[in-house]
Amino acid sequence: MASSPTLSAPDRPATPPAGRSGGTAAGARRARRPVVLTAASAAVAALLALPLVFLLLEASGAGAAAVSHLIFRRLTADLLWNTVRLTVAVTVLCAIIGTAAAWCMERTHLPGRRVWEVLVVVPLAIPDFVVSFGWASLWNWFQGFRGAVVVMTLAVYPLVYLPVAASFRAADPGQEEVARSLGAGRVRVFVRITLAQARGAILGGCLLVAMVMLAEYGAFEILGYQTFTTEIFSEFSLSFSIPAACALSLVLVALSLLVLAGDGLARGRGRVSRSGALAARKLPPLRLGKATLPVLAGFALLTGLALGMPIASSVYWMFDGGAHAIGGVALPAAALTTGGYGIAAAALDTVLALPVALLAIRHPGRIRLFLERTTYLVLAMPGVVAAFALSYFTQQYANGFGYQSAPLLVLCYAVMFFPLALVGVKASLARAPASLDHMARSLGRPRLEVLFRVTLRLAAPGLAAAFCLVFLSVVTELTATLLLIPTGAQTLSSQFWAYESNLSYGQAAPFALVMIAIAAVPSYVLGRFFNRSASSSDQGMVIT
Amino acid sequence: MTIARKTTATKLRAAAAVAGTGLLASLLAACGGTASGATAPSITLYSGQHVQTTDALVTQFEKATGITVHVRSDDEDVLANQIAAEGTRSPADVIFTENSQVLEFLQGKGLLAKVNKATLANTPAKYDSPDGDWAAISGRVSVIIYNPALISASQLPTSVMQLADPKYRGKLAIAPGETDFQPIVTAVERAYGAAAAKQWLEAVKANGSAHNYPDNETVADQVNRGGAAFGLVNEYYWYRMRAEIGVSNTKARITHLAPGNPGYVVDVSGAAIMKSSKHLAAAQKFVAFLVSKQGQDVIANPKESISFEYPIDSGVTTEAGETPFSQLQPYPITISQLGTGTAAIALLRQAGLL
Repeated sequence: MASSPTLSAPDRPATPPAGRSGGTAAGARRARRPVVLTAASAAVAALLALPLVFLLLEASGAGAAAVSHLIFRRLTADLLWNTVRLTVAVTVLCAIIGTAAAWCMERTHLPGRRVWEVLVVVPLAIPDFVVSFGWASLWNWFQGFRGAVVVMTLAVYPLVYLPVAASFRAADPGQEEVARSLGAGRVRVFVRITLAQARGAILGGCLLVAMVMLAEYGAFEILGYQTFTTEIFSEFSLSFSIPAACALSLVLVALSLLVLAGDGLARGRGRVSRSGALAARKLPPLRLGKATLPVLAGFALLTGLALGMPIASSVYWMFDGGAHAIGGVALPAAALTTGGYGIAAAALDTVLALPVALLAIRHPGRIRLFLERTTYLVLAMPGVVAAFALSYFTQQYANGFGYQSAPLLVLCYAVMFFPLALVGVKASLARAPASLDHMARSLGRPRLEVLFRVTLRLAAPGLAAAFCLVFLSVVTELTATLLLIPTGAQTLSSQFWAYESNLSYGQAAPFALVMIAIAAVPSYVLGRFFNRSASSSDQGMVIT
Repeated sequence: MTIARKTTATKLRAAAAVAGTGLLASLLAACGGTASGATAPSITLYSGQHVQTTDALVTQFEKATGITVHVRSDDEDVLANQIAAEGTRSPADVIFTENSQVLEFLQGKGLLAKVNKATLANTPAKYDSPDGDWAAISGRVSVIIYNPALISASQLPTSVMQLADPKYRGKLAIAPGETDFQPIVTAVERAYGAAAAKQWLEAVKANGSAHNYPDNETVADQVNRGGAAFGLVNEYYWYRMRAEIGVSNTKARITHLAPGNPGYVVDVSGAAIMKSSKHLAAAQKFVAFLVSKQGQDVIANPKESISFEYPIDSGVTTEAGETPFSQLQPYPITISQLGTGTAAIALLRQAGLL
């Protein structure tokens, strides 16, 4: 599963930098109260709250005694230990690999940089459960904790790489020069200046990695590693006991709140300011010299393991997958269905994110902060919870209307991946200065026309990025799909799962390859987006 | 200006139409179940059986009757939970499961219709629903699967209670989350009492903690690859694995526990018709087909169904080399004694396996 580079500004508060924020603030003061925006945002927030409301309803239905009995049992301690140690290990490894790769890419004379730039990002397109399938189906060693650490690190490190690379590219070179001129050594400059400048981006990437780890299901199921999410999944099914699953989910929500709080704390300390907001200037890249070969070998190893291995393994199983050959009929249909759901959910999310992002950027305040933080909770919620919540509400309050229909599944995707869309839309709206809107309005253009012809046009690349990010995630989504998919329909992931869990690797492999092929395009587009946005503007703009 | 606008609008509309048709096509394909019900008869099947087995049976049934079957595949317990939540609004006409407990659970909720007497007459009564609410389709038996490179046949347990022996620590593979594990727990509880069963499960958990897997396929696969020395699974997982990876890659072997041992359990796969079904006649036809000679032949033919379960009709022959169904010597436990598995789940919880 893929997620977004949430890029967070190293400087706090995360408002646009001086040059523009003056305009924004003045605009906000002058503008009428944003009734429509607020109403729309509230509606979106209510939609996003459904999974949590469902959890609380079920838990309160079961009663406090039953819930505490379910939470404080032996299994919970095991799961807590498993989940926490894995999340910490993978987050730290991703931070190191992502930052190192980003630094080499942006600050050194790396031979073949254009090629590496693409290869390093594309692993984002490979579903985590395909990566784990790639490793675990060939070697036994990749089981349990160590398998999970290796597989998840390889699958999600781009989440750190993308924002950190963008931040390195946009960082103010003056500070390093000053530090150097004052006699600070290379290492000292790197630690005190370079890393400090990228701190917000590194933390943002780590936050995403941690959230993704909390919600991951498919990969751990294949690796035989038990976490809260895998257990929530079995509880939802096995014992016909939804309250038990909800109790565990509440623990997971508490864990993700802790992660968010930790992130907030880490961000609070340490500030970096920037001289001359718009002075985009690059440091001359470092010559690698003797280090060239080792660095190249490092990149070859990383992309080989993260990208080459899952693809090679799928190809291997396709040709050596045992007696039962490919069921070719289902593949195009599943690809079409997957694409359809992906497009629909991505479009819906981009539209839903607009009012929330506009409100957040143009009318900053407490609502904004609240919204930004709470939407992350959805990201850590396992897909199965969102799916059960939506089917619960349709059964209870809509007389089963729309149940197991494509629109409901698309809505479920939209709820799950909304935060990803919001990140992209917000980043790009921040690039569209409010002063241009005001200018257009003062020239007598109607509000809606200004929105479409000025604001959205300026924000277009970010909207595309948001769209791609959601599309990518839908293509690789598994658990909600299994529950809500219309009877008879198949997506690439549901079909892959059906075959993989039957050990029919030969039949599963083509679905994995098509999934990778479909998701590679948007992940390439994403890589380009971060590339361009960072080089064409300053950090505060991209990274909100 | 107007012309320019019009062309833009036309282009946009065209683009939207193209995108829309693609989307619509996939959505329609996805909603086929509800869209096409009126003319040709069709039913919706919730299937917890293995995909290939269900596909083979459905294909033959559609060919024989002209009735379309929309299949929803998932774990049987997920499907049962879904049906319980859907209640009388359930879109399902038939549910086809791997174990009896799930069907007994739905029976207890009063959601099942009676299966036609003529259909039940085709199967041995002792495997069917005690109330005639579902029909047995096929049977499986639990066996020890082991890797001879890691453990010799003589070192293997002959009783299920020996799985708790500390000498097997780190050697045993378990999949306690599988519904297949519950009949064994239920049998142990019946034979030795709840307290002993709980103690036994705790020791099994300790022995299997290094190889605690999500499903039986993984147990079979890991034992075969030498990840774990042995485990207790239904026999057909070994046959299915051998069919997938080939005889030469199959290192694992299977063997039975001592005759009559509580770990030597037969459980049955069954099918039931939902009371709320609006296509009762077609649904009855489908269940009748599953137990007919033709349906049982599909199950018996591994090339077609990759099933390797025992057809419940003893007249149908199975894979060579497999102990014939009639010659198995399992622990005597009835379908109603297996029940819904809630007692087994409670024990698994207490032991920290769930």
